[in-house]
Amino acid sequence: MSTAAISPVDEVKSTPWSGGRSPFNVEYGKMMMWFFLLSDAFTFSSLLIAYGALRFSASAWPSAALVFQSVPGLIEHGAPLVFVGIMTFILILSSVTMVLAVEAGHRNSRKEVIMWMIFTVIGGFMFLGCQALEWNHLHSEGFWWSSIPASPEKLQEFFAVGVPYAAQASSAHQFANLFFTITGFHGFHVFTGVIINIIITVNVLLGTYEKRGSYLMVEKVGLYWHFVDLVWVFVFTFFYLV
Amino acid sequence: MSTETTAVHSEHEEHEGMDKKRIIRVFLILLGITCIEFLIALYLVPKGIIPIQFANPLYIVLTLFKAFYIVAYFMHLKFEKTGLIVTLIVPILFIIGLILVLTNESHHWIDLRLPRF
Repeated sequence: MSTAAISPVDEVKSTPWSGGRSPFNVEYGKMMMWFFLLSDAFTFSSLLIAYGALRFSASAWPSAALVFQSVPGLIEHGAPLVFVGIMTFILILSSVTMVLAVEAGHRNSRKEVIMWMIFTVIGGFMFLGCQALEWNHLHSEGFWWSSIPASPEKLQEFFAVGVPYAAQASSAHQFANLFFTITGFHGFHVFTGVIINIIITVNVLLGTYEKRGSYLMVEKVGLYWHFVDLVWVFVFTFFYLV
Repeated sequence: MSTETTAVHSEHEEHEGMDKKRIIRVFLILLGITCIEFLIALYLVPKGIIPIQFANPLYIVLTLFKAFYIVAYFMHLKFEKTGLIVTLIVPILFIIGLILVLTNESHHWIDLRLPRF
């Protein structure tokens, strides 16, 4: 039988979308991580868009430069954005160490993967520590879920001059609830990310991925970790800059 | 198990794009954009060089640039198959839809607030 005798219908197709293999050319777990992150992106954008809508409809809003102007433990007033700048730097840096871990994984260099993973975990803990300080500072000012500074004089410190008290009180409540919910949800993601990173680091130390022949797990966890960094970029812009 | 290793091997050629030099470059870009944002927030806006109405969209554009660099290079999406990129980017359009709907809606909420502050 010559091949010319096969009709076009029976010919085996080998293009990416002809079936039989994944057209995406990624391993199952990695693809599912991407889809999980997409769903997580929807969750976070719902929260951030709700924040935007409430802020748009409010006549006044606490000024970021007045609310976030301290470096806990060092400077009490007059240093707007400095502390959150440090937090952002830490998180971006830990994202970089994560890519370096993934890159080392591609070269099957176990020692380097361990080193960069440990740096990433340390970065995650530093960020969480900073966030704890930030929350503690805001809490000491009187902000918490459905709680705002008790006295009108104290509340006025966070607003531009001339905003009526009733407007201040209602938007400060919304600000407090949204701030703690959204940064809390993000902080929870960082926390789980750190836990997962620790598990993966232990597995690398035990040689699990060396035996398996690939460090693909490091890559999948890396995707999650970068996503946490990505969300922070948006939280940072919409809570601290705008 | 076997599918995992084959996927790794076939991907390997594409991974060459992300070496240490490139990682450092993307890191510096992210750091640079953040520094520009701080420059706007701490110097240009308080000094009145850029009015706040221009600063806010500028922050959002710079943030989207940062998001692009993180997703494309750190998350490696730029080097994946086009099918995967499209599958992941297209649903984001729903988010844009929600932004449009809710910003429009929030303008009406102002009128619903009684008494008006």
